[in-house]
Amino acid sequence: MSQSASEIARRVRAGETTARTVIEDHLAVISRRDGEINAFNLVTGDSALEAADGIDARVARGEDPGPLAGVPVAIKDNLCTRGVPTTCSSRILEGWRPPYDATVVQRLRAAGAIMVGKTNLDEFAMGSSTENSAFGPTRNPIDVSRVPGGSSGGSAAAVASGMAPVSLGSDTGGSIRQPAALCGVVGVKPTYGLVSRLGLVAFASSLDQIGPFAGSVTDAALVLEVIAGHDPGDSTSIPQPAPSLVAEVGRGVAGLRIGRVVDLPGGAEPEVETRLEEAFAALAAAGAEIVDVRLPSFAYALTAYYLIAPAEASSNLARYDGVRYGMRVAAADTNAMYAATRAAGFGDEVKRRIMLGTYALSAGYYDAYYGKALKVRRLIADDFARAYSACDAILMPTSPVVAFPFGDKVDDPMSMYLCDIYTIPTNLAGHPAMSVPFGTGAHGMPVGIQVLAPTLAESTMFRVGGALEAAGRGA
Amino acid sequence: MAEQHSHITAADVAKVARLARLDIDGETVDHFTAQLSRVMDHFGDIDALDLDGVEPMTQPYPLVNVLRDDVEQPTLDTDEVLAAAPEAEDHRFRVPPIIGLEG
Repeated sequence: MSQSASEIARRVRAGETTARTVIEDHLAVISRRDGEINAFNLVTGDSALEAADGIDARVARGEDPGPLAGVPVAIKDNLCTRGVPTTCSSRILEGWRPPYDATVVQRLRAAGAIMVGKTNLDEFAMGSSTENSAFGPTRNPIDVSRVPGGSSGGSAAAVASGMAPVSLGSDTGGSIRQPAALCGVVGVKPTYGLVSRLGLVAFASSLDQIGPFAGSVTDAALVLEVIAGHDPGDSTSIPQPAPSLVAEVGRGVAGLRIGRVVDLPGGAEPEVETRLEEAFAALAAAGAEIVDVRLPSFAYALTAYYLIAPAEASSNLARYDGVRYGMRVAAADTNAMYAATRAAGFGDEVKRRIMLGTYALSAGYYDAYYGKALKVRRLIADDFARAYSACDAILMPTSPVVAFPFGDKVDDPMSMYLCDIYTIPTNLAGHPAMSVPFGTGAHGMPVGIQVLAPTLAESTMFRVGGALEAAGRGA
Repeated sequence: MAEQHSHITAADVAKVARLARLDIDGETVDHFTAQLSRVMDHFGDIDALDLDGVEPMTQPYPLVNVLRDDVEQPTLDTDEVLAAAPEAEDHRFRVPPIIGLEG
């Protein structure tokens, strides 16, 4: 099994290994496995080796390169990297080289981490299987006939296959947690505003949040500590310093109240339900108190989300017009050029969501659709607030199903959308949640248990996540 | 405002595509209409909720009026930005004619 990020950083800082060796080892895994898995849109091997030499030179001079010294990291290809192609897995951005780095990319580099490549996603992060990519699907490393989940399927698969110990994704309705669950790794969606979105290509701005994938809860905490904290470049960034999280992972759950949602909808597979019961039992055995809570508006979150997210996307994606970046299809006037460029550059799912959002915002339908969805969003946030007066965290499945075969849902948008039923409410409320691998389900595929916590209660979330991991089910 | 969620029609989809500047042909309109209809059917579930008097929620963490001091700060390199454009000329983005050619 590959080394953890914590162990790599410790050894590089102590001079027990070199960053160059670490990067060479991981590039070798990538060249061996990525032809089949297709986790990466781009592997940045040369610049990674150059950065590794820089880290090694600093260690040789007696300097400390930082808490992620020499740690290879894979970056979802909707995060801007200066001078390095950033495609969002869309033809419309093919060849685009951003003129700046995302804040999270800068922070990782400043902590000594080394980017090994940009990972595949559902185009513009719209999807739950990484099948909607202009560069072909990513395959699940556990069973390559199955999807890795999405939209951050490349980042999940990169960690699950040992091509990188940690990676970054973005989560608008479950796009970190669901692929983490389906690939058997840890995935964290932080509180909205905890991590700067500057340099994250916008999908739905009131829902998007960047977070880590990792092979362990501790590694996820380590990366989140590095990327979290106020950034004046993002006006929705919470003006607080990054929390201390690694120390929480081993604290245990004695005295914590863990919510079990009564009448949870969603129709999870029986094996997933069984793993959830085992997770409650493990936390109870570790000293937590299990309490019943109710989220009566939970089932309506899907509708609210699939109105709000496309509405925001239809506005955010208006910028791809063939003028300032990306591709252009030549036409006689600007209107014809916009329409031809967007028709050729966007895939079907992106077009569906742009049209859905435009419809929900259009005259005559705004109140009936978008306006109502915003009110439902409030009901969901109110439900959570009531629940969290009785408990410290909530446990539920991350996904109702384990990884499914390719082609199962891609032509039936509604069945694909239902994959997100347990992850979406968190984004609407702006809360943190994480998926922790907890045994297997049908076909021996991994099951993820989701830990939900109130705004800025990442410390509680990592205590619970650490306890689930320690309960030893793994993936 | 009418409460019932009427079915989305091919004409609606064609109109929305035009508003969203997406050039799609008739066959594709029919395909999208069928898919979007199934999605919109699901949306009827929120009609069962009593939403009178509920305050709409537009963002999760209410920060308002984030201000900074009005001082010059580094900006993007314009050559680097323009190099990413499909067409540029004289330090500007170049586009086709804006008016006059659309039917």
